[in-house]
Amino acid sequence: MGAEFVALSLPPMLIGTLSAMACALPGNFLLLRRQALISDAISHVVLPGIVVAFLLTGVVATWPMMLGAGGAALIAVLLIEVIRRLGGIEPGAAMGVVFTTMFAGGVLLLELSDTSSVHLDVQHALYGNLESLIWLEAAGWGSLTDPKALQGVPSELPRMAVVLVGMATLTALLWRPLKLSTFDEGFAQTLGLPVRGIGLLLVAMSAIAAVAAFDAVGSIIVIAMFICPPAAARLMTNRLERQVWWSMGFAALSALLGYVLAGYGPIWLGGTHAVSAAGMIATFSGVLLALAAVFGPCRTKG
Amino acid sequence: MMLDATQAIDPEPVDLADSPLALRGLTVAYGDSPAIEAVDATFQPGQMTAIIGPNGAGKSTLLKSALGIVRPVSGRVTCWGRPLSRQRYRIAYVPQRASVDWDFPTRVLDVVLMGLYRQLGLLGRVRARHRDAAMACLSRVGMEGFATRQIGQLSGGQQQRVFLARALAQGADLYLLDEPLAGVDAATEKAIIDVLKSLKSEGRSIVAVHHDLSTVSTYFERVLLLNRHQIAEGPVLTTFTNANLHITYGGRLAATLPGAGS
Repeated sequence: MGAEFVALSLPPMLIGTLSAMACALPGNFLLLRRQALISDAISHVVLPGIVVAFLLTGVVATWPMMLGAGGAALIAVLLIEVIRRLGGIEPGAAMGVVFTTMFAGGVLLLELSDTSSVHLDVQHALYGNLESLIWLEAAGWGSLTDPKALQGVPSELPRMAVVLVGMATLTALLWRPLKLSTFDEGFAQTLGLPVRGIGLLLVAMSAIAAVAAFDAVGSIIVIAMFICPPAAARLMTNRLERQVWWSMGFAALSALLGYVLAGYGPIWLGGTHAVSAAGMIATFSGVLLALAAVFGPCRTKG
Repeated sequence: MMLDATQAIDPEPVDLADSPLALRGLTVAYGDSPAIEAVDATFQPGQMTAIIGPNGAGKSTLLKSALGIVRPVSGRVTCWGRPLSRQRYRIAYVPQRASVDWDFPTRVLDVVLMGLYRQLGLLGRVRARHRDAAMACLSRVGMEGFATRQIGQLSGGQQQRVFLARALAQGADLYLLDEPLAGVDAATEKAIIDVLKSLKSEGRSIVAVHHDLSTVSTYFERVLLLNRHQIAEGPVLTTFTNANLHITYGGRLAATLPGAGS
């Protein structure tokens, strides 16, 4: 059990957990700013970015794809601003127009181009490839301290760890400006805080989390984790500090339990095939939100 | 306070360097429509000034542009004769209550502590003396019993008092308040006015957007009448007249006011 678990289940579980937490962290602030839809938009526009990066370079490699995705996110944010200003449309509608159009464009591009030789398709974009992130070099728990075996760890694991640590450090350093400008932007401005810069930074942080997690876990988890854990956490407490901790717990719980349920749940029920881990993790985060909405201690307003 | 004749005729004897807030040719526009046009005003130090005018006259915009929240198309703002950016630490702002989300997950004491941001900085720890200072501000507005409440659990008047306590924590010399008495109960109105008067007695300056014409002459000693343009500015006694009110409100003001001069 040990060796198999460390090689096959531990890496995807850890990567799923790190991704979920990295997305949920900025999600807390997006939610309170009524900008939760931005995460949805970013995770959709990542697809055309990745396809274009693949068409330009011809390889499925991490860095070109991350750059492509980041570029697409940037273009989307600019387009949303332009449409909002020129068309005088409310931000939600502008976002909806931009991200559906860009996502659809990505799907068309994907179909028109010959990507059949590589593992790049719509399904991959939605579900990610969590189950395939295995660690072949692992021979058991002892491999965790074996430098040679550790070199074979899926690159998504250190990448997501770095992203999460960076995200947490930034949030801790900028806690007060983030909280102040989220609660009362006008007041924050009178203190001389660069509220526009803080808002942009938050979107940039969200984009980095979404792009980094997208490749590993797919857009379903990304979208779910930006919104469900923070929304459930808000129902558990009336203090922002605690809300963030609750959201981290909910994100980790969704990822771990979702993965286990996807792998073993169907077998326990007499089935023979595991179901998509990404789908189960996202569903489980939704179930947690539903439970918090029914039983959470801070459900009622005021 | 008695006003002599020269002050009534020339309401601007104050030196620019003494004025906590001076606006020169301030014009602000949202899109193509101007919100305020070419407003010149020199607010007096150590006085309570009301900004009054009909809905859409640009009262909030005036405050926001004075604070740098809204960027003016043209014009200049000086505080004590210097640019706003050098004097921010001397100014406290109390926004309209409706401008924030009161469902935000935070407690009353945390909101007041936001007023200490300059002292605390990015990472400074909140120590007992900071908490004590915040509690003292809460007591001043009669809200010390609500420190650990979630802000959404307060009544409108209580929320307004918490906002005022946050401004008090800033220890400013100039207080700019946007409709501090709108929709509050009588007890809150009295508590807020008492605090503002005590600030005034300490030599601080107060500028408040005010909507209730019947209380202008009881609460304030100066008034600025605004309807996109500045109609008049000066001591309540000589400026808060029916003639000026009719220019400011146009035909929308039916009766003449008991408090207004002729």
